[in-house]
Amino acid sequence: MSGRVLVGVKRVIDYAVKIRVKPDNSSVVTDGVKHSMNPFCEIAVEEAVKLKEKKLIKEVVAVSCGPQQAQETIRTALAMGADRGIHVEVTGKDYETLGPLQVSKIMAALAKKEDAQLVILGKQAIDDDCNQTGQMTAALLDWPQGTFASEVSFDGDKIKVVREIDGGLETIKIKTPAVVTADLRLNTPRYATLPNIMKAKKKKIANVKPADLGVDLTSRLEVVRVDEPPQRQAGVKVETVDDLVGKLKEAGTV
Amino acid sequence: MTENRNTFTTFPFLMFVLQAEVFPYPEIGNEEVEEINQLVAPVERFFTEEVDSAKIDREAKIPPETLNGLKELGLFGIMVPEEYGGLGLSNTMYARLAEIISLDGSIAVTLAAHQAIGLKGILIAGNEAQKQKYLPKLASGEHIAAFCLTEPGSGSDAASIQTRATLSEDGKQYLLSGSKIWISNGAIADVMTVFARTEVDVDGVKKDKISAFIVERAYGGITSGKAEDKLGIRGSNTCEVSFDNVPVPVENVIGEVGSGFKVAMNILNSGRFSMGSSSAGMIKKLIELTAEYAATRKQFNKSLSEFGMIQEKFAMMALNAFVMESMAYLTAGMMDRPGLPDCSLEAAMVKVFSSEGGWICVSEALQVLGGLGYTKDYPYERYVRDCRILPIFEGTNEILRMYIALTGMQYAGKALTGKIKEMKKGNIGMVFGVVGKKLKSSLGGSVDYGLTGKDGVVHPSLAESAKKFEQNVSHVGSTVESLLYRYGKTIVDEQLILKRVADVMINLYAMTAVLSRASRSISIGLRNHDHEVLLANTFCSDAFFKNNYLMTQLQKHSPENNDANIKKIAREVLENRAYICSHPLERTF
Repeated sequence: MSGRVLVGVKRVIDYAVKIRVKPDNSSVVTDGVKHSMNPFCEIAVEEAVKLKEKKLIKEVVAVSCGPQQAQETIRTALAMGADRGIHVEVTGKDYETLGPLQVSKIMAALAKKEDAQLVILGKQAIDDDCNQTGQMTAALLDWPQGTFASEVSFDGDKIKVVREIDGGLETIKIKTPAVVTADLRLNTPRYATLPNIMKAKKKKIANVKPADLGVDLTSRLEVVRVDEPPQRQAGVKVETVDDLVGKLKEAGTV
Repeated sequence: MTENRNTFTTFPFLMFVLQAEVFPYPEIGNEEVEEINQLVAPVERFFTEEVDSAKIDREAKIPPETLNGLKELGLFGIMVPEEYGGLGLSNTMYARLAEIISLDGSIAVTLAAHQAIGLKGILIAGNEAQKQKYLPKLASGEHIAAFCLTEPGSGSDAASIQTRATLSEDGKQYLLSGSKIWISNGAIADVMTVFARTEVDVDGVKKDKISAFIVERAYGGITSGKAEDKLGIRGSNTCEVSFDNVPVPVENVIGEVGSGFKVAMNILNSGRFSMGSSSAGMIKKLIELTAEYAATRKQFNKSLSEFGMIQEKFAMMALNAFVMESMAYLTAGMMDRPGLPDCSLEAAMVKVFSSEGGWICVSEALQVLGGLGYTKDYPYERYVRDCRILPIFEGTNEILRMYIALTGMQYAGKALTGKIKEMKKGNIGMVFGVVGKKLKSSLGGSVDYGLTGKDGVVHPSLAESAKKFEQNVSHVGSTVESLLYRYGKTIVDEQLILKRVADVMINLYAMTAVLSRASRSISIGLRNHDHEVLLANTFCSDAFFKNNYLMTQLQKHSPENNDANIKKIAREVLENRAYICSHPLERTF
């Protein structure tokens, strides 16, 4: 086993920012808005670095797809402890339509190229909330998947994953190589300290184009319109239960 | 004072020998910008998520976990070179980080007391052995530093300190005795920079001069008093520190024996500029918090943000933040130039402007919130309390104004002395030159120092402001000349005059900073540069008229000048140590 882990990290609008829709309803405003690493990707990086610290794996490679700014996100992963980075350059229209299908193709190609033992991704991104990339990557590679992981441990040549599911927790064992997606309670990501950021400057980020990986970026989706969620309407107070039933019938909900 | 002073206030600075230094606005490389953004992110996050400022203020203590987090982030050795375990960042980067650290006043002062002054002496004046021995643990935060200069009887008059260090018989150590007060980190510091009087031999004559020492708490004989119960920055430890025959090895003298005062001044001068960026950072945060409220709170069926007097407050905060940022980064940029230029004058101007501007802005921000702002449920009252220290410490603004005015005039003095000598020699051409210039400026003739026009360094949309600036500059040149002529050396005692001169100089430096910054922003097309032009022009216009008024008051026999009366009132009150008017209800029979 190569002992190499691939971690995907996505640059998204910071969770604390108030999102605004562009006047032409084509997308949200990103210009001049604060961006940072997707919180679930941070958890993924943290898990990979922890595995390396426990000497269960040998190398952590951080991958990001996007324009020049994606390198900032990779640098943060390096500052958290990843060993090297791969920046898959995607710009312009291709970047606007980049989604889980395209990214999973890229991740699958890289996983093969880098002979990865494990691919760890965040369970979903907080901008599109797709929750698909991990699953698609595993399918393209025909690898087992452990999604919504709240605990990951190595058990011989298998990986034990405790998954957060609707009914509670589910524990599975999967063979490696495998894809794991990180859920909220998997760990608490460390701060990238300033000394580590300085050290990370010396770590390498390789530049790769999707064409080099033989990946077709054409999107099968078209965004028709983006709207803000409807304003919350004021509630109505009623005096009795009969009034309540009456109002519900009026609104056509019973 | 350094001989070849090229920085801003050298007379005739007004002749723009200096253009090369302040135009264009200092820029840092692309890589550095990326690096700064990288470094800023985790610090911002730490302060937003892990720092409970209300709790720190309430309990008057920074929790150990928070302090540890700051150490791990690397914030205890920002400017210590990497070879000694620090981050080795420039003044510009330090200023950038200060914008975020200032979100909590207690943490800001604790960190500043540690590295901006506490260990700075070792950094700028220590020898290699001292650096190797002390810097690594100080940079990691394992040891905390403090700066011990002030004494009960010696605050602004630092040269009068009485703490004494006597050389032992065997010449191997000094015995240090005395008391210091208002020492930040006094109770928690392991390594202190202490200033004491030592006997020095100057050409066979024994003199008493101040020396700087690195003193470890471990040497014994050091006691810290109880923590002062302060109005603000309550989480920062401030106390008395007493030294009772503390043995300090001779190797721990910083610089030469007897050079301590200069070391102290250099240390203090080097840290001041960052007050500009820390105040700006705080005001920018306040604008966000306050604007949220002003936009949603309604009275008389309108939101507060629609009322003129509220709008004025926001404009004032934006203008102040803009000027402070511009001045701070201009100064930091100049300080980062090779050759270690002396920017102590510029740093002093930044400090005075930022401390007073900051104080006014936090007060106005509180005002917007009204009664809510007055309660502890909101952070405004804490910001007000924390800010009150700014005009006091790191050199009171009164002292700094004297420094600014006198140093600037020192050069004018030299230039004027030259002219007077010429005049005495009967150099008629010179006399006509001086008279001619005076006539020209009094007739309102236009002045051109080359800022605007074809080869000008200022962008055309700022041309009006640049012209106002040039006018002020020529006016102040002649004002200062005439003051020196009128008062000669006794000008040193005319504080009310010097105060006005200093205020004009501070305004001029501020105008330079905004003109330079805005010019650059337009030229490179930064986002929202139109807003910058608006801010720059508004500030310059305001400052122009203020300067004119100040200079009018400085004219001989100016009716706008009430100084004589003010001094008389003060004398009568102080002689009686009370208000002396008869009560309005009193009768005479």
